[in-house]
Amino acid sequence: MPVLELRNVSKTYNNTTRALHDVSVTVEEGEFVSIIGPSGAGKSTLLRSVNRLVDATRGVVILDGQDITRVRGKELRRVRTKTGMIFQHYNLVNRLSVMENVLHGRLGHKSTFSGALGLYTEREKEQAFFILERLGLTEQAYKRCDELSGGQKQRVGIARALMQEPKLILCDEPIASLDPNASKIIMDYLRDINKTMKITCLLNLHQVDVAIKYSERIIGLTAGRVTYDGPAQKLDKKTIYEIYQSNEGELITDMKE
Amino acid sequence: MNESAAAPKSALSFEVQRQVRKSLTGRIKTGAVSRSGMAVKVTVMVLLALSLLAFFTFDYKDIDFADAVRGTLTNAATLFAEPRLKYSTATAVLYQLFVTFCLGILSTILGAVIAFFGALLCARNISDPRVSAVVKSVVAFVRAVPTILWVLIFAVTAGLGSVAAVSGLTFHSAGYLIKAYAESIEEMDYGTIEALKASGAGFWQIVFQAVLPSSISYMLAWTFMRFEINFTNAIAMGAAAGAGGIGYNLFMAGYFYFDLHEMGYLTYVIVLAVILLETAATKIKAKVK
Amino acid sequence: MEKRRANEIQIFKKRKLVFTAAAAAVILLFWTASFVTQYDTLLGLSSFPRAFAWIIKSMVPNAKAIERLPNILKKLAETALLSVAVTVCSAICAFFFALLGSKTTKANPLLARVVRIVAAFFRNVPDVVWAMLLMFSFGQNVLTGFFAMFLTTFGLLTRTFIETIDEVSNDCVEALDAAGANYMQTVFQGILPSSIAEVITWVLFMIETNIRSSTLIGILTGTGIGYLFDLYYKRLDYPSASLVVLSIVVLVILLEIISGGIRKVIL
Repeated sequence: MPVLELRNVSKTYNNTTRALHDVSVTVEEGEFVSIIGPSGAGKSTLLRSVNRLVDATRGVVILDGQDITRVRGKELRRVRTKTGMIFQHYNLVNRLSVMENVLHGRLGHKSTFSGALGLYTEREKEQAFFILERLGLTEQAYKRCDELSGGQKQRVGIARALMQEPKLILCDEPIASLDPNASKIIMDYLRDINKTMKITCLLNLHQVDVAIKYSERIIGLTAGRVTYDGPAQKLDKKTIYEIYQSNEGELITDMKE
Repeated sequence: MNESAAAPKSALSFEVQRQVRKSLTGRIKTGAVSRSGMAVKVTVMVLLALSLLAFFTFDYKDIDFADAVRGTLTNAATLFAEPRLKYSTATAVLYQLFVTFCLGILSTILGAVIAFFGALLCARNISDPRVSAVVKSVVAFVRAVPTILWVLIFAVTAGLGSVAAVSGLTFHSAGYLIKAYAESIEEMDYGTIEALKASGAGFWQIVFQAVLPSSISYMLAWTFMRFEINFTNAIAMGAAAGAGGIGYNLFMAGYFYFDLHEMGYLTYVIVLAVILLETAATKIKAKVK
Repeated sequence: MEKRRANEIQIFKKRKLVFTAAAAAVILLFWTASFVTQYDTLLGLSSFPRAFAWIIKSMVPNAKAIERLPNILKKLAETALLSVAVTVCSAICAFFFALLGSKTTKANPLLARVVRIVAAFFRNVPDVVWAMLLMFSFGQNVLTGFFAMFLTTFGLLTRTFIETIDEVSNDCVEALDAAGANYMQTVFQGILPSSIAEVITWVLFMIETNIRSSTLIGILTGTGIGYLFDLYYKRLDYPSASLVVLSIVVLVILLEIISGGIRKVIL
C-alpha cells in the first residue's frame, strides 16, 4: 500500500498564479524520493499540500490510505502527526532549549492544556533523549537553540520530526542553508533514518548531484508539472536540462566535469 | 493517545544518563538554564507581584464601582455618538487645531536646533569623553522631568501662555532629540572622521562634510517622530496648563461647560488630525530611508 | 580630471542649494507658527536663562520641604505602583488582542481588521479626554487615572505587539502547525517564548512613560504625585514642589537604569 498518493492535484494562488498543475505522484512505504526543479516550479507547494499547510485547489491527497483532502480541526491535527517536516531555516523556537523543541513533536498527540504548558510525561522525555543520542545531540540537550550551529539546528529539526513517530518525513530544502560538511552529515542521517527506521522520506532539493547520490527515485518538477518520475540512475543529462529548461553548460553541475 | 508504539523498550544508556538533569522530585527537566531565561522569569514575577500589591494598596475611597462604570459607559456613548458644537464654531475649532499644530512646529524646530549642537557635544566619537558624560547626565535629568512640569516651571517666570508651553515642550524635545541624534552620530564609521582629521580638516568641516551628510536621514526621521509626540503633548498642555490651542477648548468643554457633545466633536477632530499626521509621517519616513 | 572637478562643483552647488532652500523653508515655517501662536521668539529664548535663574534661586528644597518628604514618597510609591499595574494589565490584554490582529495568528481577516481599528482608536484618543470622561463618574479616584492610562497603553501596546508577533512567529508557527499543534499550544509553546523578551522591553519602557503621564493625569484628576505637585505649586510653596520634581527624577532615572540592565541580559 502506498504511503502517499496525490491524484491530479492542482493549486492556484489568488485565482491567478498557478503553482501546481495536475500533479499525480505515488510514494511507496520506505522509499527515499527527491523532488528537483527550478525555483518557483512548485516544489514547496507540492510538499506542503501533503500535510495541508497548503490546500490543493483541485485533486485528492491520500495519506496512509486515508483521503485527507478535506479533513479539518482535530482530525487534521491527528493526520499531521503522521508526517514530520524539516525546514530550510530549521523553524525552531530559538529561545527554548533543544529538549523543549524536540518535545514539540509530541504536541499533536497531547491535550490542549498539557501541551500549552509543556507538561510532558517521563516516557516522552526519555524518548526525546533516545532520539537526541541517535543524532549525537545529547550534550546539547539543555542548550538554547540560538547557541547551536546550523547543522546542529537542523539535527534538532530532524529530532522534532522523529518525536512525532511519523510514517513520512517531508524535507523542504533541508541543506540549502548549510555548508558542504554539515550538508553531508544531515543527508547521511536522513538516509540512516530511512534505512533503519523504515520511515519514508520525501525531499525537495536544489542540488541535483546530492539528489542523485542519495535517492532511489527522483521526481522532476517544471512549472508545476511532473516532467520526470523514475529511478535516480536513469536520470540523464538531457532530462536534467529539460527539467531546468536550460541549455548545456548553463547549469552549475556542469562545472564538476 | 498512543505513546507506546515506538517508545524505547530499554532504559537510557549510561552516557546519556549522565547528561540527563532531574528535578528534586526525580522528573526529567526540559528547560534551558540561562541567565536571560532567569531574568525573564524574575522580571515577570516581580512585575506581577507589584501589580497585585498596587491593587491591594490603592485607596478606592469606597467608590461604587458598578455605578461608576455604568455612568462612564453612558457618558462615552454620548461623547462618541453625538458629537456637536455649542460653545464654539467649526472654523474656530480648526483654527485652534492649527494653533496646536504650530505649537508643535515651534517646539520641534527649537528643540532640533538645540539638540543638534547638544548632540555634537554628546556623541562619544567626536566629543571629549568628559564633556559627553556631563551632557548625557544633564539630558537624562531633563528627560526624567515630565513635560507638564517643565511647562509649569516656565510658566512661573514667563506667565501661562504660548511662551511657557513652547519653552517647556522645547526643553523636553531637546533632551529626547540630543540622545537620538547622538546615537545616530555614534553609529557613524570612525574611519571617515579619522581620514578627515588626518587631512587637516577642522571640527566644523568634519561636522558639515562627514557627520551631517551621513546621519541627516536618521536625524530627520527622529525629528518627525518627535513632532508627532509634540503635537499630542501640546494638546495635553493646553488641557492641563491652559497653554492654548485645541487642548484648551477640550479643557473648557470638560471642566467648565460639562458638555460631552462638544468634547466628542473635539475628540474626533483630534483623532483625525493625529491619524493624518501618522500617515504623513510614515510616508515621509519611507521616503527619507 | 577637468570633468570630474566640474562634476564635484556641480554636486557641491546642488547640495548648497538644497541646504539653503531647506533652511529658508524652516525659517518661514517658524515665522508663520510664531505669528499664529503669538509666540515672541525673543521673550521665549530669554525665558530659558530667566527660568534657570529662578530655579536656582527658588526651586531648592528647604527644611519645611524635607518635612513633607514622607508624604511625597508615599504618593510617589502610589504613582509608581499605579504605572506598573496599568502597564502590566494592559500588556496582558494587548498581547491576546494582538494575537487576533497579527497576520500569522489571526482567527479571521475581518476580526483582524477590527482589532487594528480598535487599537488605533484607543491609541489616538488623547489620554486627557479619557481622564476627563472618567472624572465625571469616578471622580478624584485612583481608578480614573488607572483606566485613562490603561486605554491609551492598551492601544499602543496592541499595535507594537502585532508587529512583534508578525516578526517572530512566521517560522515557528509553520513548524508547530506541521507537527499537529493546535492554536493555544502554538501560542504558548511558540509565540510567547519567541516574543517574551521583546514584550518585557516594551513593558519596561511603557512603565517609564506612564510615570510621566500619570503626573499629567494626576494634575487633571487630582490624584497621585501630580496632585501633590499642583497643590504645592498653587500654594507657591516652590521648595516642596521642587522636592516632588526631584523625587520623580530619581524614580525615572532609577527605572531607566534597572530596565537598561534587564534589557542587556534578556535580549
